[in-house]
Amino acid sequence: MDKLLDIENLWVRFPTRQGVFDAVRGVSFSLGRERLGIVGESGSGKSMTGRAILRLIRPPGIVEADHINLGGVDLLKKTDKQMRAVRGQRISMVMQDPKFSLNPVTTIGDQIMEAYRLHNKVSKSGAYAKAVEMLNAVSIRDADRVMRAYPHEMSGGMGQRIMIAMMLIPNPEILIADEPTSALDVSVQRQVLDIMDALVKERGMGLIFISHDLNLVADFCDRVLIMYAGRIVEVCAADKLHEAQHPYTRGLLNSLPRLDAPRARLEVLRRDPAWSETPSVSGRV
Amino acid sequence: MAEQTLREWLLTDTPTSRRHAKLSALYQGWLSFRSNTMAMIGLGILVALVLIAVAAPILSPHDPFVQDLGNRLLPLGTEGHVFGTDSLGRDILSRLIYGARITLYIVALVALIAPVVGLLVGTVSGYAGGWIDVVLMRITDIFLAFPRLVLALAFVAALGAGIENAVLAISLTAWPPYARIARAETLTIRSSDYIAAIRLQGAGALRIITRHIWPLCISSLIVRVTLDMAGIILAAAGLGFLGLGAQPPSPEWGAMISEGRRFILDHWWVATMPGLAIFTVSLAFNLLGDGLRDVLDPKAGE
Amino acid sequence: MALTDNKGEGRASLPPWIKTTLLTIGSIAVTMLGLLFITFIIGRVMPIDPVLAIVGERASQSTYDAVFLELGLDKPLIVQFLYYLWDVLHLDFGTSLLNARPVSEDIARVFPATLELATLGIIIGILLGVPLGVVAAVRKGSWIDQIARVLALVGYSMPIFWLGLMGLLIFYGILGWVGGPGRVGIFYVDVVPSVTGLILVDALLDGNWDVFKDAFSHIILPASLLGYFSLAYISRMTRSFMLEQLSAEYVTTARVKGMSEWDVVWKHAFKNIRVQLITVIALSYANLLEGSVLTEIIFSWPGIGSYITTALLSADMNAVLGGTVVVGLIFILLNIFSDLLYRVFDPRAR
Repeated sequence: MDKLLDIENLWVRFPTRQGVFDAVRGVSFSLGRERLGIVGESGSGKSMTGRAILRLIRPPGIVEADHINLGGVDLLKKTDKQMRAVRGQRISMVMQDPKFSLNPVTTIGDQIMEAYRLHNKVSKSGAYAKAVEMLNAVSIRDADRVMRAYPHEMSGGMGQRIMIAMMLIPNPEILIADEPTSALDVSVQRQVLDIMDALVKERGMGLIFISHDLNLVADFCDRVLIMYAGRIVEVCAADKLHEAQHPYTRGLLNSLPRLDAPRARLEVLRRDPAWSETPSVSGRV
Repeated sequence: MAEQTLREWLLTDTPTSRRHAKLSALYQGWLSFRSNTMAMIGLGILVALVLIAVAAPILSPHDPFVQDLGNRLLPLGTEGHVFGTDSLGRDILSRLIYGARITLYIVALVALIAPVVGLLVGTVSGYAGGWIDVVLMRITDIFLAFPRLVLALAFVAALGAGIENAVLAISLTAWPPYARIARAETLTIRSSDYIAAIRLQGAGALRIITRHIWPLCISSLIVRVTLDMAGIILAAAGLGFLGLGAQPPSPEWGAMISEGRRFILDHWWVATMPGLAIFTVSLAFNLLGDGLRDVLDPKAGE
Repeated sequence: MALTDNKGEGRASLPPWIKTTLLTIGSIAVTMLGLLFITFIIGRVMPIDPVLAIVGERASQSTYDAVFLELGLDKPLIVQFLYYLWDVLHLDFGTSLLNARPVSEDIARVFPATLELATLGIIIGILLGVPLGVVAAVRKGSWIDQIARVLALVGYSMPIFWLGLMGLLIFYGILGWVGGPGRVGIFYVDVVPSVTGLILVDALLDGNWDVFKDAFSHIILPASLLGYFSLAYISRMTRSFMLEQLSAEYVTTARVKGMSEWDVVWKHAFKNIRVQLITVIALSYANLLEGSVLTEIIFSWPGIGSYITTALLSADMNAVLGGTVVVGLIFILLNIFSDLLYRVFDPRAR
């Protein structure tokens, strides 16, 4: 499997009045042409990890790593301008809620075409055709109408498909999906996931799927990293997730209700302070 | 628990009585306020202003009303007249010191009238709802539609010039924003469960408004009043400057600027000193208001 | 804003836009009526006898009574109010006691001076205040943010008339950089024909550069002064609007797309604050019309502020009330205007 992305010893720090807060603490992993899940509760650093790869952590936040290699080149050594050529074109990201991640006062068409024209020198009509084609690819039928519409006129599921279209239109190698279905109705979650999955597979992309939903990740991904308090505590194949060894993962699994093994009382997760002290497990292949 | 200090008692996580909890909350607010240097400077200036106003007869080197035409328009730093003298030979420093009393008097009166009117109108409007709400809010909107200074001018014109009428005119133009705030607060409080619980226990509208709604509106009103104080001082000074506020020979700062205006090019200090006094005090109120907002109403901050 | 929170229940058969329009017109009408009612009441409370003011102290009782009846003062208050309304609707604010001319004529004559001053002031305020606010938000906590904060704080705390005096003292008295009080120097009075009433525009229309330069040197100081006060407000509001937008998720989306920070700020975040900014600008323009009252006195600027104040000091009540009504109406019109622009710029409000 060829490595698209390789990260070693990633730290994300935020200086606060009470001292430096480490949101991500020495995380290492790599990504091939696969679907890599990152699971953890809120505050575990999973979203920060995704954003740190794109160097989207704003000052005063600090990103440090031995390297974040994309195709053998360290992203941390790039200038801001070089980094802009990476964003969108090589690594893209879909965020949680299309209600907030789409600009409310710009038409959907303009937003999608903008994503394409930032990296491709094409005419407006060329970009328009490409955008319509992309909207069709995410199963939006009346693309011409949607192009003229504003985000508030779209449903959540539509919005997230538009987001996916917008983020995939420059044809990136890696897509980071940060809780892409958490804000959606359960009924459309699967549909959005399937569309995303099909596109990622078809284009041979690498996908980093960030979620708090263990079952979803076990279902949808190839490999899973489990994060706790800014560290990776366990790495396993997605289909082996239910055999996970780490007490934290076990605790999480046991606190979920299961149809095949009903229990009168679910377990409550009991945290061991030692978990956050043990060094990170490497997720590099 | 015998060795518990007062500080520990105030900072406890487990208050033993209602008053304990209240004092503890106050103390924590004070601690966070105290860490705001700018707000403390504002508070310091205002405390000094009050002290100066109280001790005016002791502090002022001369009688602010005694004219001495032989010593008119003396420059800054003259022996015995640190800030010089005005066109009638009166000591500017003494007049500024006595002027602090007038400024405080105006501010205190407006701060007593406008928010109380606003609170009454706003809570009644918000609690009663229906056509009472519509009528009261329409009246509020009409007053808001007026340019404030122009309306105050027209009021003073109708009532006659003078410091009390200036206060009345400023209050009449200042209450609508308070009514808006109080109404908005009332609307959110009114629909909360605990008000429903009190009503089920048989409390009447009057009791609910005075005992349960007013106390909760107070903190946002205090912030707003403090932030508005600077505007009130400037409005009062503006009226004084136009000759519609305090009448001569009263040492009101705005009127002093107006008096010094005639000599601005040759004797600049006559108009400059009272202007600096107005600026300092309204700056102090702005600093204090910002600080209070951060403590009492953190949501409204930037 | 007063004109947006219509909550009335219209008839179900009417299309929504007609309903909104009717409600808006209704609420404007009520506000205007209220405004006129207040000025009417102020006029009645006046300690000045309107009859005596017209006939003079030495008129006979019969003359007095005739004028008393002519003014309708024997009628009930509500009828008098209706008379007043009728007159105002015909732009008749009565006659000025000072110069015996119709107040409406006077206002038409002095208003362009205020308009010119306030407009130049708001232009200065927008051109400096908006970029300052945006930069202060983007570089939050930097030295430029601190400067913006101090500028605003000082602006909120400074008496405008005093700053005007200091400006005159320094830039006119000591440095001699600008023209003194008045709209033009004494040699340029009435040199160019008055077409618009705005001297800068009239001078340009006439092609008279000397007058333009002189008028500009007179207007720049009071306009900058007004501009500074609107800058204080506009920059603060712009900053807090921008901070809110910059923390929004769509800004991250724009960055993920690979946009430059400049484009992220101006093409995405700034586009979202346009609507709020319009309201703020309309509000500060209205405040400038008001702030010009004191500024006009300092700079002997023959605008509506000077007019009202002069009338006030000579107890010319018709002129005071006429001026107050006009300024009040402009306030309301500005509100309507910003409300309309709101609907143009915000797709969610359409």
